[in-house]
Amino acid sequence: MCGICGVVNLKGAPIDPDLPAQMISQIRHRGPDEVGVYVDSQVGFGHARLSIIDLSGGHQPMPDSQRSLWITFNGEIFNYVELTEELIRKGHQFATHCDTEVILHLYQEEGERCVERLNGQWAFAIWDTTQQKLFLSRDRLGVRPLFYTQTPDNLLFASEIKALLACPEVKREIDLHALDQIFTFWATLAPRTPFKNIWQLPPGHSMVVERGQVRVWPYWHLEYAPDSELGQGSEEKLADELLALMLDATRIRLRADVPVGAYLSGGLDSTFVTALAKKLVGHRLKTFSVSFDDPQFDEGAYQREAAAFLGTEHYDVHCVNDDIARVFPEVIWHAEQPILRTAPAPLFVLSKLVRDNGFKVVLTGEGSDETMGGYDIFKETKIRCFWQREPHSTKRPLLLRRLYPYMDGIQQQPSAYLESFFRIDEQSPGPFFSHLPRWQLTARAKLFFSAAVKSGLGAYNAMDELQGLLPERYNSWEAFLQAQFLETNYLLPGYILSSQGDRMAMAHAVEGRFPFLDYRVVEFASKLPIRMKMKVLQEKYLLKRCAEGLIPRSVQSRPKQPYRAPDALCFLEPAAREYVDELLSSDCIGRYGMFEPGPVAKLFEKVRSGRPISVRDNMALVGIISTQLVIHQFVNQVSWRSWNADQARVETVRH
Amino acid sequence: MQIRQELRQFVIDNFLFGREGDLKDDASFLENGIIDSTGVLELIAFLEERFGLELAETDLTPENLDSIDKVARLVESRLAAPKEVT
Repeated sequence: MCGICGVVNLKGAPIDPDLPAQMISQIRHRGPDEVGVYVDSQVGFGHARLSIIDLSGGHQPMPDSQRSLWITFNGEIFNYVELTEELIRKGHQFATHCDTEVILHLYQEEGERCVERLNGQWAFAIWDTTQQKLFLSRDRLGVRPLFYTQTPDNLLFASEIKALLACPEVKREIDLHALDQIFTFWATLAPRTPFKNIWQLPPGHSMVVERGQVRVWPYWHLEYAPDSELGQGSEEKLADELLALMLDATRIRLRADVPVGAYLSGGLDSTFVTALAKKLVGHRLKTFSVSFDDPQFDEGAYQREAAAFLGTEHYDVHCVNDDIARVFPEVIWHAEQPILRTAPAPLFVLSKLVRDNGFKVVLTGEGSDETMGGYDIFKETKIRCFWQREPHSTKRPLLLRRLYPYMDGIQQQPSAYLESFFRIDEQSPGPFFSHLPRWQLTARAKLFFSAAVKSGLGAYNAMDELQGLLPERYNSWEAFLQAQFLETNYLLPGYILSSQGDRMAMAHAVEGRFPFLDYRVVEFASKLPIRMKMKVLQEKYLLKRCAEGLIPRSVQSRPKQPYRAPDALCFLEPAAREYVDELLSSDCIGRYGMFEPGPVAKLFEKVRSGRPISVRDNMALVGIISTQLVIHQFVNQVSWRSWNADQARVETVRH
Repeated sequence: MQIRQELRQFVIDNFLFGREGDLKDDASFLENGIIDSTGVLELIAFLEERFGLELAETDLTPENLDSIDKVARLVESRLAAPKEVT
């Protein structure tokens, strides 16, 4: 796990030989163990290494034995052991015991299609000196990031946008369409990023730069086949198959020359993954979690129960609102995009806890909700579909009360309003039936956009852009699967795995590994009948069967509670005062140009008054502050250190 | 008139953050995105605190709460009605 960057001249001319080193210096946090640079005449790579496999070998950028191929690689190829054996049988000779070298040999063998053989999480670039060709690829689900941009002469790529901005030719400008997308979906739609003319390689895509031409294509895509043969099997057989797959996915994710720990949130997914790891490692595991004061968010009791049940050595960091406030500017420095929730901040604090305990690698339960059918949005979709079939039923909408039991703002709503929120359009449900209530609610936060932003956007509609990206087969899927697709294809890489995942973990040089995102597990889940994901209204039905006996009964049967953190109220804490005063001042809001100063002041006043605030207000305030922080740090180049250099106060409790 | 004016001001401050636009007294809060559905709780809290209204679940419908006109009518009728004596 590392940071990568590079530059290639599109006209075959020499590059600035100092640029790769300047770029990589911006993302040293991703790889504090070593730094390496390779410069040829028209190409240059940088690499910041976090040593996990073959600690003494495995230096990067790495050449093949003829020095005709060079690679800079961020990530892990978990099936490298099997691939190495296969390649040795074919006559390949290996100089290291490193997964990096496997990619080079596989590329020699299979060319651009080599990625189809990889099971892992990756972003890499190979410079093929013979063909004068740059080949880039990103893993199927978008675990590892890969951004790129073009200047008149060069194409630059990197693990994080800040490395691209090290090149003075790269413009620092907010993309208004991306802002509109974030204020609708919580994420940009790949290839967009929050910055104009800076792109991300979408998950499951490869790219070639050759003779000044750029070619991007998908090598993998998510496909649902709920009527497949797989679904004909008995429940028991399916549960056995899933368990075997998850065990293997976890087994290969334990491959490392450093110890592997686990996040333990107290929910089904991370407890299950920890239980599998425990079966496999044979020694006491270390687990890590974050807890909160507010019982609305805190899962401490379940975490302790799971840790006791699995006999792990458990570490907890208690995160209070003031901690979130203190780290928030730095969180945005790492996330590199506006966010509408503070949820990444506690994960930033958590990765520090992991690092402080000497760990570089953690397993987590990420990806299960999307693939196995865990989120309430799937339940919501199911209930709304059921209601839509009898739109005049007075009984069916009563089921809406079963949704979001953990959200007071929804639960306290009068029934008539609950129905109105989840209302159904009887005429034409459209492609976004599942997500419209949520997106429309989020989009209300656009009320605060400035007149300039509104006029810049004109008639632009983020949902239209998304509609244009949908694959043709999307329309043939049931609403439940469409909802799964939207979550897995967009929110997962665009927010969960990036803002909450890679960027928060790598801020402290910690690598996350996700057994649920093993592509074999994802493909298995995509062939399951819907009833195996949600039976009546029981979420993750098959997974729960599969986990029976392996995890505490209380965790198994607890109501689903997605990971959440305190939001807008954090910004009333003393640690936020200085930057909130500055960034929300009428002058600063006006200068940065994205929002209208008067309404923003009134919003903050409302939050400060202690009056009840709505979901929209909450998202709007976090979104406005984080957007201001993005502009402040990336466009205006003022460091978060100017306010508050303290690291998060970390209270470590050993159980 | 004073009640209506006060309601209007509350809606403008609390839900539109001063962006009054051409807010009409009969404009539907829901249809025009003025109040998001979680925001109705704020309106209810305001009516209870400011006017001392006691609202039952059956009162909490868009018929009663979905525009300045409707809310004004609700408040006026409740304030005019003699308190029930049990």
